[in-house]
Amino acid sequence: MSVLVYVDHIKGTVKKGTYEAVNYAAKVAESLGGKEVIALALGTTNNDSLAALGTYGASKVLTVNDAAFDTFDSRPIAKVIAEAASANAAEVVVFSHNSSGKALAPRVAVRLEAGLITGASSVPSGDDFTVRRSVFSGKAFADYTINSAIKVLSVNPNSFPLEEGEGTASVEAFSTSVGAGDFKVKVLEVSRSTDTVPLPEAELVVSAGRGLKGPENWGMVEDLATILGATTACSRPVADVGWRPHHEHVGQTGVTVQPNLYIAIGISGAIQHLAGVNNSKVIVVINKDPEAPFFKAADYGIVGDAFEVVPKLIEALKEFKNS
Amino acid sequence: MKLLVCICKTPDTTAKISFTNDNTQFDTNNVSFIMNPTDEWYALVRAIEVKEQLGGTVTVITVGQKDLDQIVRKALAIGADNAVRVNAEPTDAYFVAKQIAAHAQGENYDLIFTGKETIDYNGFMVGGMLAELLDLPFVSLANHMEIEGNTATVSRDIEGGVEKLTVDTPFVVSAQKGMAEQRIPNMRGIMMARRKPLKVVEPVAAASLISTKVYELPPERKSVKLVDPENPAELVRLLHEEAKVI
Ligand SMILES: Cc1cc2nc3c(=O)[nH]c(=O)nc-3n(C[C@H](O)[C@H](O)[C@H](O)COP(=O)(O)OP(=O)(O)OC[C@H]3O[C@@H](n4cnc5c(N)ncnc54)[C@H](O)[C@@H]3O)c2cc1C
Ligand SMILES: Nc1ncnc2c1ncn2[C@@H]1O[C@H](COP(=O)(O)O)[C@@H](O)[C@H]1O
Repeated sequence: MSVLVYVDHIKGTVKKGTYEAVNYAAKVAESLGGKEVIALALGTTNNDSLAALGTYGASKVLTVNDAAFDTFDSRPIAKVIAEAASANAAEVVVFSHNSSGKALAPRVAVRLEAGLITGASSVPSGDDFTVRRSVFSGKAFADYTINSAIKVLSVNPNSFPLEEGEGTASVEAFSTSVGAGDFKVKVLEVSRSTDTVPLPEAELVVSAGRGLKGPENWGMVEDLATILGATTACSRPVADVGWRPHHEHVGQTGVTVQPNLYIAIGISGAIQHLAGVNNSKVIVVINKDPEAPFFKAADYGIVGDAFEVVPKLIEALKEFKNS
Repeated sequence: MKLLVCICKTPDTTAKISFTNDNTQFDTNNVSFIMNPTDEWYALVRAIEVKEQLGGTVTVITVGQKDLDQIVRKALAIGADNAVRVNAEPTDAYFVAKQIAAHAQGENYDLIFTGKETIDYNGFMVGGMLAELLDLPFVSLANHMEIEGNTATVSRDIEGGVEKLTVDTPFVVSAQKGMAEQRIPNMRGIMMARRKPLKVVEPVAAASLISTKVYELPPERKSVKLVDPENPAELVRLLHEEAKVI
């Protein structure tokens, strides 16, 4: 009996979402009376960083050291995960609710005839395995129970603080029936901006809206983000008119974020925008209109002209960082 | 090309969310429903564009009750050719995927579209489950797709970037922003939609693997603390000392 976690990595560098998933799996294992936590890493990996998953709660890491798995194709990968789950009598399979997990978790759930809860924000509790997640794009929560013997869960990014303990995991090869011939998706290229944390995982976000008047004014938004080490985001109309790239669009029809700090500059706070940011821990709003609805959803606010306030805020942060 | 688009309903984006029956049910009183935006704006429109370019048919399918017919008619007015409604209340994603798979099994679709997620239950589940049930490749979160012959070149969103790939039909794709631009149905489309076939079929037996126990509204945020615009250093202090986020 075990809890299995899928390891998402970029050329051997394990993603933060995986650490969260391993932490989560360890809590699930404990609540089930101390099951073994086994991680599964596919493709070219590095044994030291896999052994380090022990500090997050894994006791063993299974590897399939086949370069075919260096690119993403959900069909063969889900097959290997299901094989590993069966071979290790996994009761629960855990993913990070990221771009890989969103494609893999549903497939694995079908293969194992397991109930699936995506974007879990609580550790399962009670005899009926109750799990909480956000629904209605952040406007409410729902508690679900899973009715099947095997369960699949994906963990919402940034929902749990990372806990590091002691320990190293043993690394073992896993043999699978799946190989290069099962791959149907050919990845041509992957382009990733490496200098900032991806928006869904970001702990600090600086976001701006139509109040900034034009793309030429984003310099100060970027400066503010840089000094904080934050990721930039925007409202939908800003992405629609092409001032900013689509992947920065936050809200009900864009990305949902759950950072520790969300700073909204020149964004009115329409219900569809709020839906994507409601789960932020702290919200700061800078808007020249004291009646802007966003102030009702904010923890801190500055009523003022962004073109005056933001440069001053940058100066104040510089001083803070230097002190 | 034989194309299938999965569509569903969601509460209007401005709907006030509340619950009844001891918070075990979504209160649909005074809520109007729309076609799920990613299904309408991106999946459906891209499917219609592919048909316009390469020929073929666009079928829309939904799992839902009679009230869905209005949303299905809108999809037909935008440009789908025919529709199937599986006459059942969707209980969970697995149940929905089973129904769509049962329809798709004998039909040999070249391409099956879903939206990336529904904006009510935000599952990100149906597309992947459907692909697995049909043993097809699944390209999720697609923001661009071109088709030549039977090979598609697709870009999809990944954390902090984009992945470009090729895959041969048939496959399942989940569409998101970037795939297409919203189309507003015109008068002619609306008239034609009335005569397009809408087939109602009964569901196949399928388990529901999860159930909803209770809903809860998030706690109200405390009222906002305003900081003097001349003194942003005070904001920095509050974020550091009080909120402890920087
Ligand atoms: C179906 C549907 C889905 C949608 N999904 C989304 C979504 O996912 N995400 C999203 O963001 N929107 C979404 N929208 C759009 C949403 O309704 C709003 O129109 C949008 O969020 C407004 O963007 P904004 O706040 O940038 O612009 P505006 O509403 O124009 O607000 C600009 C704000 O800037 C302030 N301002 C102006 N000048 C200054 C200045 N010099 N200094 C400081 N403040 C200033 C103004 O007071 C105002 O509050 C959706 C709409 C629909 C119908
Ligand atoms: N009841 C349904 N009928 C048909 N398609 C659906 C239904 N529910 C969800 N879908 C499709 O699956 C996608 C993802 O839904 P979900 O997994 O619930 O977030 C949606 O964008 C639709 O394309």
